[in-house]
Amino acid sequence: MGSLQLVGFVGPSVNWWALLPQIILLGAALAVLLVSALAPQRASTVFTTVTTLCAALTSFVVALGLWSDVKADGPSSSIASAFGVDGFSIFFTVLILIGLATTALLSHGYLDREEMDPPEFHALLLCSAAGAIVMASANDLIVMFLGLEALSIGIYVMIAMHHRRSEARESAIKYFVLGAFSSAFLLYGIALTYGATGSTNLVHIRSYLDAVVFQDQHLLMAAMALLLVGLSFKVAAAPFHFWAPDVYQGAPSPVTGWMASIAKAAGFAALLRIFFAAFASHDVDWAPIVGALAVITLVIGSVMAILQTDIKRMLAFSSVSHAGYVLVAVHSASATGTSAALFYLFTYTLMVLGSFAIVGAMGPDDEHPLSRYTGLGRSRPVIAIGFTVLLLAQAGIPTTSGFIAKFQVIAAAVESESYFIAGVSMVTAVIGAFMYLRIVMAMYVVDEGEEGPRPIWHWTTSVVVLAAVGFTIIVGLVPQFLIEFARDAVPVLVRG
Amino acid sequence: MSELLRSYLTVGIFGVAAIAMAGAMLTIARILRPSRPTRQKLIAYESGVDPVGGDWAQSQIRYYVFAVLFVLFDVEAVFIFPWATRLEVYGVFGLVEMAIFIFILLLGLFYAWRKGVLRWV
Repeated sequence: MGSLQLVGFVGPSVNWWALLPQIILLGAALAVLLVSALAPQRASTVFTTVTTLCAALTSFVVALGLWSDVKADGPSSSIASAFGVDGFSIFFTVLILIGLATTALLSHGYLDREEMDPPEFHALLLCSAAGAIVMASANDLIVMFLGLEALSIGIYVMIAMHHRRSEARESAIKYFVLGAFSSAFLLYGIALTYGATGSTNLVHIRSYLDAVVFQDQHLLMAAMALLLVGLSFKVAAAPFHFWAPDVYQGAPSPVTGWMASIAKAAGFAALLRIFFAAFASHDVDWAPIVGALAVITLVIGSVMAILQTDIKRMLAFSSVSHAGYVLVAVHSASATGTSAALFYLFTYTLMVLGSFAIVGAMGPDDEHPLSRYTGLGRSRPVIAIGFTVLLLAQAGIPTTSGFIAKFQVIAAAVESESYFIAGVSMVTAVIGAFMYLRIVMAMYVVDEGEEGPRPIWHWTTSVVVLAAVGFTIIVGLVPQFLIEFARDAVPVLVRG
Repeated sequence: MSELLRSYLTVGIFGVAAIAMAGAMLTIARILRPSRPTRQKLIAYESGVDPVGGDWAQSQIRYYVFAVLFVLFDVEAVFIFPWATRLEVYGVFGLVEMAIFIFILLLGLFYAWRKGVLRWV
């Protein structure tokens, strides 16, 4: 036995400034819980919503400060290269914060109506957002996994929080079991990546793979396959999408919006960082698999969406097909493809959150049959127009952001000479449009004298829908600023 | 075959040997032993006492809550013990770090206490 030496502990240098967005969110989550425990009566929804919005706004300002730093000094990384500060991480931080503020607003009326506990919901939402930011910024597979778990555990509980509805509990259990299963795949992939490259740090993996030619790369191939399976589950790409319709249907509508937008965006952030940035030198190996996944996802998503009769299930399958478009962009394995994917995720997030804001206002969550929307165009014309714009944007109609997004994705596919995949995406866009038009038809084409539905409306929902519709149209008309933002946000791996 | 896979082969052979050995012993015992079942012999073994009641007993949900709180502080201890043995080395940085960690966990306990979880109704 050698004697224990007393060596001074030198931790890695930490750039606290770069960690501030998550720290603010976690601090706000703890503050909300503390106040709800101390307050003599139930903490009000107004307090929790305002706290969440303030936290999101402060983090947003910090993220903008970081953005100007990155512009001036270039990308960097912190905590022994485990945490990246580049355009990519800030792009997703901004996206996640917008999603957080939107979800907080659209849950405001919902929580009161359904008598759910606001402090717990908002604390979980804030933790979940912090996890998503960690996941999008992580330069290390283990840190990325921690972020993923923080994101998912919050969502499991938020789904189950609607405790009087057995469907909510059922979908929470479903998501939990399958989520744990897919996490195991991801962890196994991380372990094999470590076995193949000797590191879990993406910066090291990148430089190792650039320098070394494998004699036999079965281990690395198995690692990539397992990572891809784990992340495909999280972004609900076929054939790993089976949980999505059931879980989206059972979950409370604001949580469904959060899952369909931010959980998916964070999953794609991890996918892009691992495959596009770290495994860049092996894109010959992974790009065809991603392409095959994209084709399957597009076809299954758009065809199955037509067969549904429940709005939430339709939107679930439509979110599967949107994952397919992003995968098409990832498949091209180029900077153009990656910025197309980022642009798509940004515009898609706003569209889907706006849609679920309306779905959440349309009454109790047990079932959302298409018939509930018949005549909405007559009883509430403004809401119906808003919903129409958001649905047409998802279908990819020109003058909306959805058109620019789809155009960029297909252009990236054509540029990488994957004409087949580009063709499939165009055909499935047409098939998908049928499903969106079905909802629009239901809202406007009604028999004479039929009374339309009366949604339970709260002014915060109007803010969300107005913002989403405005953003969708503005980006559809003048997309240049977002295209440039996405172009500057291609992930870079730097040693820190 | 690579070195890595060869070491897994050892594990595989060990596993096969273990299964074969246990299987062989159980099979031999099965062939050799006499079998004369009676009603008394076939009831569930509960430390020599005759079992009472059915096997679908309800358990209290509050045991579950206590178990969760126990796990919380059990895990806390797992982190604190190794930290405590090297406290001088980590210095002020480690002290602050652990203070934040304990503070967040205490906040959880405080929350549970205020929500009435600790009351035995």
